[in-house]
Formats: sequence, C-alpha cells, structure tokens
Amino acid sequence: MSVTVIESRTFNLAVDNIDTDQIIPARFLTTTERAGLGQACFYAWRFNEDGSEKPANPLRDHRVADQAVLVTGENFGCGSSREHAPWALLDYGFRAVVSSRFADIFRNNALKNGLLPVLVEPAVADYLLAHPDLPVRIDIEARSLTIEGYGAVGFPLDAFSAYCLTRGIDPLDFILQGAADIDRYEQQHGK
Amino acid sequence: MSEATTLFEKIWRRHVVRPETAETPAVLYIDLQLLHEVTSPQAFAELERRGLAVRRPDRCLATIDHSTPTTPPDADGEYAWHTDQARTQVETLYRNCARHGIELHGWDSPNRGIVHVMGPELGATRPGMTIVCGDSHTATHGAFGALAFGIGTTEVGHVLASQCLLQNKPRTLGIRVEGELRPGVTAKDVILHIIGRIGVGGGTGSVIEYFGSTIRDMDMEGRMTVCNMSIECGARAGLVAPDETTFAWLAGRPRAPAGPAWDAAIADWKTLRTDDGATFDRLVEIDAAEIGPSITWGIHPGMVIGIDDAVPAGERDALDYMGLNAGKPLAGEKVDVVFIGSCTNSRLTDLRAAAAILRGRHVASGTRVLVVPGSALIRRQAEQEGLDAVFRAAGAEWREPGCSMCLGMNGDIGRPGDLVVSTSNRNFKGRQGPGVRTLLASPLTAAASAVTGRVTDPRELMDQAS
Repeated sequence: MSVTVIESRTFNLAVDNIDTDQIIPARFLTTTERAGLGQACFYAWRFNEDGSEKPANPLRDHRVADQAVLVTGENFGCGSSREHAPWALLDYGFRAVVSSRFADIFRNNALKNGLLPVLVEPAVADYLLAHPDLPVRIDIEARSLTIEGYGAVGFPLDAFSAYCLTRGIDPLDFILQGAADIDRYEQQHGK
Repeated sequence: MSEATTLFEKIWRRHVVRPETAETPAVLYIDLQLLHEVTSPQAFAELERRGLAVRRPDRCLATIDHSTPTTPPDADGEYAWHTDQARTQVETLYRNCARHGIELHGWDSPNRGIVHVMGPELGATRPGMTIVCGDSHTATHGAFGALAFGIGTTEVGHVLASQCLLQNKPRTLGIRVEGELRPGVTAKDVILHIIGRIGVGGGTGSVIEYFGSTIRDMDMEGRMTVCNMSIECGARAGLVAPDETTFAWLAGRPRAPAGPAWDAAIADWKTLRTDDGATFDRLVEIDAAEIGPSITWGIHPGMVIGIDDAVPAGERDALDYMGLNAGKPLAGEKVDVVFIGSCTNSRLTDLRAAAAILRGRHVASGTRVLVVPGSALIRRQAEQEGLDAVFRAAGAEWREPGCSMCLGMNGDIGRPGDLVVSTSNRNFKGRQGPGVRTLLASPLTAAASAVTGRVTDPRELMDQAS
C-alpha cells in the first residue's frame, strides 16, 4: 500500500500519554489475525462491559468518513509494543496521528503499516486541539502538514520510511536484498 | 585509536551488518529472538504468505506466557482457558515452532516461564548480545549487558526471515545512582523513583545505561527489575555493564559457555563497559538516600510518590479514575487485591522478600492475594525453600507461572473498582481489568499491604519481622 498525500479533517482526543492498552485492551490480543480490530479500538472509552455505548464516549461524534487524522496530546502510543494498536487505528479508519511526541515502538509500528505519525511542535498540537475538525493536507514527500487557517508546518520523517510509504516498498524486501551481507557477517563473526 | 565509547556503542558496532546512511537505517544483526504466543502468529503467517523460511531457528527461543491460565490443569489434563481464542493462539505457536524447528518451552517444559524470566535462567541471555522480542519489557535482558528491546509483529517477521532489524541509532542516556539503599527500599523503588523523576516520556529515543554504586551493589534480579521498566519512561532499552555479579549468575546455566569457552567469554565480557571519558547524550544523577519505598498513585508509571507522601493535585483525570483525593496519603487506602508476579518482580528474591513479611502472618480478610512465580524453575525453587507453604498458610493463592494479572489477558483480573497493589509494571486504566485501579509497588510493599489490607509502608512490618 502506498501513501503520498492525505487530505482529510482532524479529530481530537486531547489526552496526554494515551497508552496502547487504551488504544486496544489486552483482552483483544488473543487474535491470530490482523484484520477486524477497529471494533476494539479505544474499546473501554467507547463501550461499557455489556457492549452498550458509554454516554461519555469521546469518539461518539467522530465521522469516520472524513476525519481520518487523529490529533492527540503528547506521548501517544506509550506502553506495550503491541502492533495491534496501529492495526486497530487503521481498521477503525484513521490514516494519520498528529502529536507533539510519539512513543518509539508505536511510531515504528505505525510506519510499518502505513499509519502516518506526524510529529509537530507543541504549539501546533495546541492549535489543532483548540480548533477541532479542521481540514488538513499531509504531504509525505514534502513532509508538510498544511492546516487551514494556520498554514503549513514541517514534520520529521526519515528518508527510508518516506520512501517505503510513498512507493509501497516493503522493508523486509530491502533487508533481504542484502542477504549476501548477512551471510558475510555471520561468517566473519562466527554466528 | 583509543576513542572512549559507551557500552551501548560497543554492542551496536559489533552488530552492524550494514551501516546507517542518509537514506537507510542500519541493518543490525540480532543474536536472539524470543517468541511468545501473542505477538508472533501474524509474523509467521506473513512468512508463509511470502514463502520465506525462518533463517536461523537456532537463534529463536519460544515460550507460552501471556494468555495461559495460571491454575493447574484438571484431572483430564485440561487447562482452564479464558477463551477459545487464547487456546488457539497457544496452539498456533506450537504449530509454528514445530514447522520451523524452533525450541519451544511449552506446558511440558521444566523451564517454561515468562519470556523475560526464562531467557536469563537458561543462560540464553548473555553480555554483548542483541536480543529482541515482540514485547516491550524485553529491556529486562539489558541487566546482563545485552542490547535488548521490544519490537512490533512486523519486525518479528523481519527477524524471523533475516535475523536482522532495521534500526536508526538511538541516543544514550546515562543514569547514575550512587549510595546505599535504605532498609525497605528495593530495586523496584529505585526504578519507580527514576520514572517519577524523568517522566514517562523522559527516555524516548534513548538507550539508558544504569551505573553507579547502587546498581553495582544490586543482585542480578534487582538489575533485571530496573532494566525491565526502562520502557516505562519511553526508553528503547536499559543496560547495566556486566561484572563479577553477572558472571557468577550465568555460570553453569544450560546455554552458558563452559570450559575454555567460558574463560574466553569472560575475557570478552570484561571489555563491555563504558570507557572513562565516554559521554552520554544526557546524564541524570540520583542519590540513593533520597529513595524511599515508592508507589504509583495514578494512571501511568510516572505518577509516583513516596509511600508517606500525599497524592499530588492537578491531574484531574487520574484522580477521578483512581477515586483518590489530592493532599491525602495513599497509605491506609483499602486494598482489594495484591498481585505478586510479572516479568518485573516474580523472581526468587522477590518471592523471598514477600515471604519474609508474610511468614507467620495472615492476609487481611477481604483482601485477595495472588502469588505467581515467573517460571516453572522459580516455582520449584520456591517450593524447595518452603515459600509456597508460607504463602498458602498466610491465605495467598500460589499459582502456576505466567504473565497473569500484569495484563490480565488470561482472565486473571480484578473487579471494577478494585484497588490492586501490584508488583507489575503498568498502571494504565483498565490494565488489570475494566475499572480496576492499580498501584505499582515493590514485593515488600505488596506483602505488607496484603497483611493489613491497606496500603502499607513495609518498614512498619519489617521492624517486627521475626
């Protein structure tokens, strides 16, 4: 799957330190598949234990069809390394997450699945969180996030991730192209 | 030539298959991949979809721990699976390991255990190695001077197929802890204190090296506890330089080298230290005398206070979820469940510490106590020492090894609203069951709270310990 530009609107969850147990609780991790996890996304925020919707569900007004950019507080995706977190967010309908800090493993996992982590300055995140439902345009090649009424800001994305995302290149293919290097390393180091 | 380098840098350099470039991350060789049932099935499925083999099954080691019941099987050998899906997940790992020739420590293995407890016990974790696992607490193995970190399932597949991982080089964070720990203060209190000090994002993008006299004086179990929670401040990994304590712990383990190979290994391992004059990107210094028994009061592991301190104000959401009042100490709050276990604190020394408090005492009525050893080996050792008898006599449940209530995947959870004093590593909302409120603490604090049924400073009971 290749991604170059995401044009959508923002949806805000103005909470810091959203951990991957919130994104998808552990009891949904017994699956051996990766599809269909959207139902479990933010489960405890959306549903009571009997499956009824919580009155205070913060995603109640989320429009899946045109709000594909999630904006959150800082340190998004901390905690468990479960890749089910980006799988759940993607299956739910998000394509990018904007935050002023991402946890390392989440960021890695997201990039490997085509969910774009957009790291911005705290002031930019604060602006977005103060102005819900804004039209935004994310250009991966240009590494720019254009926010209606605010302007364009840059975001960091390593060259390799951008290359993989925009061309749909798989990182494993890249590693395996260097199989001769791996053979040589194993011989030289007695592994 | 005599460039001063950090321990991290030394291990990193030994494992670079292809260096980082402006366009591509480094290709890093992985010496050992640990596998468990939860984060591996989709990786094996991806390999099969592509028709790829596991490159080095001899560099993989698997166990079942996350979704397994911690109650013994019934008379027919049937386990009390929480869900059919959990059973399917474990069966899937059995099938994948058999198909690819991977050593699996399943139900019948005398070494089965929590993945981060089992690896060191087998001597599979050794200084200077690179170790990965689809689990963020892989940082535990850094206690042996191994560069060990958690990865996602896609990366598990990368390592299965290539024994390599793409990595951008992390920054380094040095944490120096100096001084003697006060009575009643454990490695768990040290790491909780550190996380409280630098915050849950304070280590993001970094590999931490812990050093200083406090770390040097810790046993391997304590160092594992410290490194284990490195991820809770956002760090990719935690490291402690190997020393005589490390070597003594590893000697004679099933996978440790023996004979002349052991001597050669020691000579090499002794070079694995940060050189004098090497610098970290950032350095944090901590005085051990500042650290008392520490406990979390909120909804992430950075919300830490000393057990005598008042709950701080200002975190509305956390206070609401926890049902606590700012300005009031945690000590004295009624405790519904005590959980002693997890890859953070389920080792023999942890169980001994808890048993020392519970010996000759009884768990308070209305409080439920689960003691879950980290491995089958620890369970046997504890039983040989009679620790199980201490726990049972005190009214605690003595369980089979597994992750259990740390993340509650196997059905070991609290009831909504329960206050749990837990020796595990995460107090996120709902982590130990919907609506469950978790306080992270040491085995001593957990055991003391079990006796009184209230959050209790362990020093109150240690003074009276026989």
